[in-house]
Amino acid sequence: MTKKLYPILGLLLATAVLLAACGGSPAPATGDAPVEQPTAAPAEVIFTTPSGYGVTLEAVQSRGNLICGVNSQVPGFGYVDADGNFSGVDVDYCRALAAAIFGDADAVEFRPVTAAERFTALQSGEIDVLSRNTTWSTLRDTELGGNFVHTTFYDGQGLMVREDSGITDIAGLDGGTICVQTGTTTELNLADVFAAAGVSYTPAVFEDADGTFAAYAEGRCDAVTTDKSGLVSRRTVLADPEAHVILDVTMSKEPLGPMVRHGDDQWFDIAQWTVFALISAEEFGVTSANVDSMMTSSNPEVLRMLGAEGELGAALGLSADWAYNIISQVGNYEEVYNRSLGPDTPTYIPRGLNSLYTEGGLLYAPPFR
Amino acid sequence: MANAPKAHANPPFWRDERALRLLAQLAFGAAVLFFGYILIQNMVNGLRQQGTTLGIGFLQNTAGFDLAETLNDYTRSSAYIQAFLAGLYNTLLVSAVGIVLSTILGIILGVARLSSNVLVRTLATAYLELMRNLSLLVFLIFWYLGVFLKLPLVRDAINWPGNIILSNRGIGIPWGIPTETWPAFKLFLFGGLLLALAIIVIFHFQGKRTGKAPLAIVWAPLAFIAVAVAGWFLQPAAPLSLDLPAVQGLNIRGGRIFTPEFMALVSGLVLYTAAFIGEVVRAGIQAVSKGQVEAARAIGLTSFQTLRLVVFPQALQVIIPPLTSQYLNLTKNSSLAIAVGYPDLFYVSNTILNQSGRAVEMITLVMLTYLMFSLITSIFMNWYNARVRLVER
Repeated sequence: MTKKLYPILGLLLATAVLLAACGGSPAPATGDAPVEQPTAAPAEVIFTTPSGYGVTLEAVQSRGNLICGVNSQVPGFGYVDADGNFSGVDVDYCRALAAAIFGDADAVEFRPVTAAERFTALQSGEIDVLSRNTTWSTLRDTELGGNFVHTTFYDGQGLMVREDSGITDIAGLDGGTICVQTGTTTELNLADVFAAAGVSYTPAVFEDADGTFAAYAEGRCDAVTTDKSGLVSRRTVLADPEAHVILDVTMSKEPLGPMVRHGDDQWFDIAQWTVFALISAEEFGVTSANVDSMMTSSNPEVLRMLGAEGELGAALGLSADWAYNIISQVGNYEEVYNRSLGPDTPTYIPRGLNSLYTEGGLLYAPPFR
Repeated sequence: MANAPKAHANPPFWRDERALRLLAQLAFGAAVLFFGYILIQNMVNGLRQQGTTLGIGFLQNTAGFDLAETLNDYTRSSAYIQAFLAGLYNTLLVSAVGIVLSTILGIILGVARLSSNVLVRTLATAYLELMRNLSLLVFLIFWYLGVFLKLPLVRDAINWPGNIILSNRGIGIPWGIPTETWPAFKLFLFGGLLLALAIIVIFHFQGKRTGKAPLAIVWAPLAFIAVAVAGWFLQPAAPLSLDLPAVQGLNIRGGRIFTPEFMALVSGLVLYTAAFIGEVVRAGIQAVSKGQVEAARAIGLTSFQTLRLVVFPQALQVIIPPLTSQYLNLTKNSSLAIAVGYPDLFYVSNTILNQSGRAVEMITLVMLTYLMFSLITSIFMNWYNARVRLVER
């Protein structure tokens, strides 16, 4: 019996050696592998950049649809209903991007990804763009191999507690238990903020949003923390939404937005200007209802955006009417927002920071020129 | 014919069966190596294109997240490697507790299955059939959401006699806190352990020589307990002070608190694995031939003596190999802890993976660690199996 284990042990050792070799060589660059490195590395540098530029658009166009990584558990942002339909502002961004590329907002396949697997899914090319209430942060923007396109929703981390607990601030949670989802910036902010405030707590950490809120609903923890938008939307699906309050505490800045892979600047530009088209359309008063009449607007910038004048679409590698398609099929930022988070929805969130700069918010798009 | 003398000459190597076999082996080996090379090369290239490289240096970076329960002194400002170790210890704890409890329960179940009492036998059979046909993940979630989280809230916690507190934040039991005489007392514990080991060894050799020796399994623990008790009262102050759990503020404080996650995981693993161990034990006992039992009865042994002196020693060699795989299963199944939020090795590694983005490294580390657990367990159980194997004369 024992002898049979030797091959396995051998394999184990071999794997370890291989790993060590893989891990060791890139750091000292040419230190112990002078033969291999100089031939491999420059070749990579010369050929990767040109082949990276434009490959994503080409792949998407030849596939015929856009694959978008979304959330399926947060109403208002990314949620799948009983009929399998996706809705939410993050989902609508995907539809806007598909409209820009194909002129068809439905040419998109939604792929639900968990917080834990989203970056791997993007890195490995399983999805073309990640639009899943993802917080923009340094490591994610660099080491995780992605680029944040633009903030589409300015959020902040909050805490929700039971109203009858009488807790009103962080100090009130001293010695308590807090439910949080793993693999999120939320998890790290929670540790940071409570450490800074000198308040002791026990985390109860779960794999997904459903698990986290189920445990909170059972009373496993005194508070649950995630982005305030997430709290608002998840509160609507709790058994008795009125029994829970969101504390007036903002624990962090959470700029949420879509993310694309490193290495393809054209794709980055397309993803970014799709956001700008949504924002600018609201600024110029272009809506899905009046976009046809706006084609003859007296404002030259509107004409350039809609493709009636100039060749901005070609500069992005898209057709001239790319922005027209976005607005006519998906709407402008305000329409997208109100459809999922507006006053008429159960997940109403006041616009606050997510208003145009002209109205005291942070939405500000560069000029179309 | 003229070539008759050449009949015994070696055929060319492409018609030599031994050479062909060797070639086939080599070709297969080369194919495996080549395939493995392509996979690894592909991964390395992919990572390089993303601008990331493999390496485990990141394990020294600050983790930044908190863990609910740890056996080391991990905090949010510790390194990733500390978090990894915290998860490793938790897995070891759950596996050790799980293996001990499921073995005890499994032996009881196995014997009960063969009981002459119809009620006992039927109950044991029903239990085994139920457990063996359930999915462990479903069972764990049942214990977590259906049992331990359904306990009352902290403010309505149940107080059991003996200062046991039940709530959905955890189950608190009284626990000892080391006082300043604890280090001295630890020496007594160690001495007692040495004495117990000495008794086992001495009795073993005495038994070999004379064929008659007192039972080490009775005397060794007695000796240990005697030394420990003597040590306790020789100290100027008690080495442990009693710490009672109490509801205080938002949580239970004091004593030892078992979280719902830990309880759900251990309950689920033990009750599930015990069913399989019960079957292993039953099969082992039934493998002992009936003549052995009849012979033992004929020379006047009681039924308990028959079980202890005749049946179990022989059953053990049938039991050990499948028991080993049940232990391995339990250890590996403990990675389902992630479903109930218990920070075991896999759970913590998953968190590290998410926070650092080092998927390849972390998954490899986790796989190697589980592989090591399994190999170490196998090596130990094989050694034990070789020891209990009946020496045929």
